Amino acid sequence: MALTGLQIYKLLPKTNCGDCNFPTCMAFAMQVAAKKVSLDQCPHVSEEAKAQLAEASAPPMKLVSIGDNENKLEIGQETVLFRHKEKFYHPTGVAILVEDTLTNSELDKKISLINQLKFTRVGEEIGIDLVALQHNSTNAEDYSKLAGKITEKTTLPLIFICQDPSIIEPALELVGNKRPLIYSANKENFEKMASLAKQYNCTLAVYAENPEELADLTQNIKKLGVDDLILDPGTRKTRTALEYLTKLRRLAVEKVFRPLGYPTIVFTNEEDPFQEVIQASTYVCKYANIVVVKAKDTWQLLPLLTVRQNIYTDPQVPNAVEPKLYEIGAVTPDSPVIVTTNFSLTYFTVESEVGNSKVPTYISVVETEGMGVLNAYAGDKWSAEKIAKTLEQQKVREKVNHNTIIIPGLVAVFRAELIDEFGWNILVGPEEAARIPSFLRNEWKPAGKK
Amino acid sequence: MEVPDVKQSWPNSINEVTIGATKEGGGTRSHAITVGGTRTLPFLYFEGNIPHRPVIAMEVWDIAPTDWPEELGKYFSDVWDDPGKWAKKCVDEFEADFICLRLQGCDPDGENKGSHEAAQAVRSVLESVGVPLIIWGCGNDEKDNEIFPACSQTAAGERCLLGTITEDNYKTLVALCKADKHKLIAESPVDINIAKQVNVLATDIGLAPEDIVIYPSTGALGYGMEYVYSIMERGRIAGLSGDKMWAMPLLADIGREVWKVKEAIAPEEEVPGWGDHIQRGPLWETITGLVYLQAGTDIFIMWHPKAVKELKKYIDSLMKKNSRKN
Repeated sequence: MALTGLQIYKLLPKTNCGDCNFPTCMAFAMQVAAKKVSLDQCPHVSEEAKAQLAEASAPPMKLVSIGDNENKLEIGQETVLFRHKEKFYHPTGVAILVEDTLTNSELDKKISLINQLKFTRVGEEIGIDLVALQHNSTNAEDYSKLAGKITEKTTLPLIFICQDPSIIEPALELVGNKRPLIYSANKENFEKMASLAKQYNCTLAVYAENPEELADLTQNIKKLGVDDLILDPGTRKTRTALEYLTKLRRLAVEKVFRPLGYPTIVFTNEEDPFQEVIQASTYVCKYANIVVVKAKDTWQLLPLLTVRQNIYTDPQVPNAVEPKLYEIGAVTPDSPVIVTTNFSLTYFTVESEVGNSKVPTYISVVETEGMGVLNAYAGDKWSAEKIAKTLEQQKVREKVNHNTIIIPGLVAVFRAELIDEFGWNILVGPEEAARIPSFLRNEWKPAGKK
Repeated sequence: MEVPDVKQSWPNSINEVTIGATKEGGGTRSHAITVGGTRTLPFLYFEGNIPHRPVIAMEVWDIAPTDWPEELGKYFSDVWDDPGKWAKKCVDEFEADFICLRLQGCDPDGENKGSHEAAQAVRSVLESVGVPLIIWGCGNDEKDNEIFPACSQTAAGERCLLGTITEDNYKTLVALCKADKHKLIAESPVDINIAKQVNVLATDIGLAPEDIVIYPSTGALGYGMEYVYSIMERGRIAGLSGDKMWAMPLLADIGREVWKVKEAIAPEEEVPGWGDHIQRGPLWETITGLVYLQAGTDIFIMWHPKAVKELKKYIDSLMKKNSRKN
């Protein structure tokens, strides 16, 4: 947490020499606290003070990364308990558990499923972030072979799940350059695990039964020179996990309690496919930075990834797309023209349904200040007049050689006035975007040539 | 190592609202349901007691729906011509905590049923099941004000939860509520200030704050859910911090929102790679509910029996040993 002006002042020489170009040390301290000038501007400040300030201004939760390529996962550096206070910065990493007991063909199948698991929602591609290789029974040689095989088949970063350094070490020799997450150090193995993490520059997960023991362990590991850590609060029970995850987040961001100022990892333990997604979604809402799941079906993972997308949406950014004429597919002058609002969710829903219809279509997006169809209507953000003006600005008359415009079914009331304003035939489209494909295929007909 | 204490103590608790009246309470319900009463954020037992478990009402209509997905028709089409039978099936077979009767048939743009028929639907549900009842209008202000007097009188003394009142339309329902001893759902359009304003207006004309449940609108998972989630979190924190006009239990209307989105309905042939919709649909409803549960929701209205069962199972697992039974 940032220091106050007064706290910074105490670190200064208090000579009011003016060498920093401010009249007094206090004035300078206030500017440093406001992040307007750097502490370096004082030529007399001690190294010790600099170190203290750097320490104090470090983010309350450390940012750590896993992986070495374009799929590198960064987590941590969260600053709040509630998204409305600011936002959540680094979306929870979703890891799929892969057992080392899988046969070759099972492994191939699983990895290819993980690779294919990509959904496009609201203009964003969402998917799995990590593959977690669970050690059960293999020997060190087979475990590294498996690790090697997985890195050949996917570019996603790995998690090595094994508490035995003698199993992990050969795997790191083979693929340590890909910076897998080492899971995990505990009070028995932490010295060896920390030295492996240091040697391979990998992030290290730390396991203990509760926050108190975790704090002991991170301090011991930090003394060994390893500070890229992720905390596993131990429990697998949802209720206790909720408690620990909440406490860890509060300790990090509210108390700036450095021994626990790291992101977290949790594992689901529910066997039932519904209950497992419920459990994992709970953790996405409440403070897990990585959640490791066994879920294997796409119908389980789509809702989980959507929860993450929703919760990590920046509440400060209006969800709007640029108001302009969008061309979906290979449009021609015969293509239909659909009018909608610039609320992202509305636009992307319409866009995706138009895509599904396979009918090349113009979408004319009206500036509604990021409001959806009904809200914009209720809030006077759009009207027949505004739509007509937008259609003129977007030169729709020149783009198509028919004279028909489709408006959302929810604002059918605009029809008569829009005919007056724009002069063209106005077709009332469906109320729900899901009906757009059948509407474009079966009901849309240009009313005639202009 | 000792770690700092991060337990938060809240000055205020959420109001307790009891829905349904037994014989002793002047009604005919087999039991009453109480929600609210908590003095902590959801399920943080280290911080405060959670005296009542969140509850799930299953939805019943006064007409047979024509636009419900086939996946729901499978469970209800044999009973949905009769709200009494429909409600009974929800309670007996699907273990609904209680019932939400939505008077969809009264919609002037639909079948436009009158107040006599609406009251009959209310009576039919009251007679066929013993659980408490939510009565939800058709959403047209004028029409709701016309049908609610008969419905309210039919259920007089049963302590039903009636809805909804809004900033622009609250006087009729508040008067009925006071006369016939019901509770009210206060609706607002995803807006923290309007949510509060509706409560101010209703209490100004004599409604007790303890008779109100807040409905800040609902968005399905993937469809604006996060806006409502954050309004619920903000509102709940305000309520626990002492804002009496936000100290009401929260309601989420899940089924109606979820069962129109593609992710819940579309079969895999239409959306390759999304997986089996027979599982995906109810899971979409379950997870929408789960996220609102984490924001503090006390009352859920849901449609799919599997979604109801799974969310209940999860709530029960979190509530164990910590509450009086509802």
